[in-house]
Amino acid sequence: MSDLNVDKSKRRFLVMASSAVGGVAAAGVAIPFVVSMMPSARALAAGAPVEVDLSKLEPGAILTVEWRGKPVWIVNRNKEMLDLLAKHEDKLSDPASDNSNQQPEYCKNPTRSIKPEYLIAVGICTHLGCSPTFRKEIGAADLGNDWPGGFFCPCHGSRFDLAARVFNGSPAPTNLVIPPHKYLSETKVLIGEDAKA
Amino acid sequence: MNKLLAWVDARFPLTAHWTAHLSEYYAPKNFNFWYFFGSLAMLVLVIQVVSGIFLTMHYKPDAELAFASVEYIMRDVEWGWLIRYIHSTGASAFFIVVYLHMFRGLMYGSYRGPRELIWIFGVLIFLVLMGEAFFGYLLPWGQMSFWGAQVIVNLFATVPFIGEELSILIRGDFVVSDATLNRFFAFHVIAFPLVLIGLVTVHILALHEVGSNNPDGVEIKKLKDEKGVPLDGIPFHPYYSVKDILGAVVFLIAFSAIVFFAPEMGGYFIEANNFIPADPLKTPEHIAPVWYFTPYYAVLRAVPPVLGSQFPGVAAMGLAVLIFFALPWLDKAKVKSIRYRGATYKWFLAAFVVSFIGLGWLGILPATPLYTWIARVLSVVYFAFFLLMPWYTDSSRVGKPNAKWFIVALVVPAIGVVLNAAQAKPLPYVTELLFFVHLACFVLMPMYLKGDQTKPEPQRVTDK
Repeated sequence: MSDLNVDKSKRRFLVMASSAVGGVAAAGVAIPFVVSMMPSARALAAGAPVEVDLSKLEPGAILTVEWRGKPVWIVNRNKEMLDLLAKHEDKLSDPASDNSNQQPEYCKNPTRSIKPEYLIAVGICTHLGCSPTFRKEIGAADLGNDWPGGFFCPCHGSRFDLAARVFNGSPAPTNLVIPPHKYLSETKVLIGEDAKA
Repeated sequence: MNKLLAWVDARFPLTAHWTAHLSEYYAPKNFNFWYFFGSLAMLVLVIQVVSGIFLTMHYKPDAELAFASVEYIMRDVEWGWLIRYIHSTGASAFFIVVYLHMFRGLMYGSYRGPRELIWIFGVLIFLVLMGEAFFGYLLPWGQMSFWGAQVIVNLFATVPFIGEELSILIRGDFVVSDATLNRFFAFHVIAFPLVLIGLVTVHILALHEVGSNNPDGVEIKKLKDEKGVPLDGIPFHPYYSVKDILGAVVFLIAFSAIVFFAPEMGGYFIEANNFIPADPLKTPEHIAPVWYFTPYYAVLRAVPPVLGSQFPGVAAMGLAVLIFFALPWLDKAKVKSIRYRGATYKWFLAAFVVSFIGLGWLGILPATPLYTWIARVLSVVYFAFFLLMPWYTDSSRVGKPNAKWFIVALVVPAIGVVLNAAQAKPLPYVTELLFFVHLACFVLMPMYLKGDQTKPEPQRVTDK
């Protein structure tokens, strides 16, 4: 074999072509490995709706249930709580719930709920995913005397009112998520499924 | 014995490597205290690998079993408590040693040419080490493990467009769950350690190619005797192997003292909330990362959301780490070592150290308006150290310090005033205070700029 009569351009073409084909093959093989890291069929199936009985929830109390591994709050708002909701709308980032990703269409209303008294919200802060604490006492010492009751995130200090709407100046960019839900009867609610579905 | 060695050498370059990397690898003879931390980092790596292997024998990467298996190691496994405390203390020790090792690089210009690649490999090691520590912290499956991971993974969700998918890909679920724990275990015990050991290997190979820097910043390979041995070099073995053993002994005394007497280090090495099993429905009252992440966490919190997105804060945090990569090209000074630099660099380096420690301290505390404002100022100082470097190390400007300092003394307080005014509730007296800071910077200038001249670098090392 002599190097003298080597067709260099043909050799270069073969090197390039086989490198390209090899690169495509490597990328193809990487796909199953990367996709295997996405939620498995079992994780996807775990998102089944949760049925909750509200008959024992006193006015002013909160109940936390688990749906898709996340805490979901159900607050039975009493009349005083509902009355206060309208009084601080100027301090909210999105008082009219215009961001349609944060609630189903049927909850785009001043109380962000189907029934005015029951707030049903995913208890995961829209900032970085901590679970805020329920602070219903009005004018709590550490939250200021204009605190109307709501949720306070201990991680980075985001504040939400009792319709899970975020106050101006919080690190959280949006209101808390209202999950799809429907009432099966007067006191039974199904979280995770819309009425239309 | 010699015959055996000859047999091996004919088949494997044993003696050749021993000579090249130890017995005839010449290191500068003027290494000081700061040169302990490279070998100590290697020691800690070995401690972590060995103690980690033994923990893996008893640990169960399952959300149902993980917390109990760690308590089982602590209570029922013979000496299990010791192995676990060695591993948890080792994690903090790793960062102490690595931060000091990096600071050494900053002081003596070890990142400067021809050592750019050593520095880049080193920053990669730092990044992988952060990942390794983050994955490992989830494994005990306590409250801080869970919520810390929840917050950090959600940082990735703030990336525009692909963020949500990216965070699901990392977790393998819509929330931190068993799937997350299982894969973090895989990353922590095999994937990242392999990468880490590979990077440490190339870090050292690159070092042995170009040779060590030293406190004088002298290139010892420039001047050699007739045998080709650097005049200022001594063989690594036995001179520095013995020195490093001394360092290891002192380090291990301190390390053992912590393992035996203060393994939790008052909640800084192992946080109190991590003795409560993970509860996905309840966040602890106050979440703070482990101490070695707090400087970067404070940068994250310091940046306010822009247009309803938290991404700028996340980007600033990422940039605070990644900016180390650019250091070799930001520094324009003629000399490497702090010994021969002017006063300006020393002040900037001091400000950087203050900002790093200050941010680390603020990252532990809950955010208040005052602390947030301080964190913002310190973040500006942190980035100023890097971004202004091409300008304040430029030799053509050294010796004309007055205009330069006047601008710095004007710009830095001005940024502080703007940051304060941008807050919802501006703090009182800040503007007045900063006015006096500015005035002081100007009035005291002749004092602190005494000797703002680059001194000539010597040919030979100065330490006897």
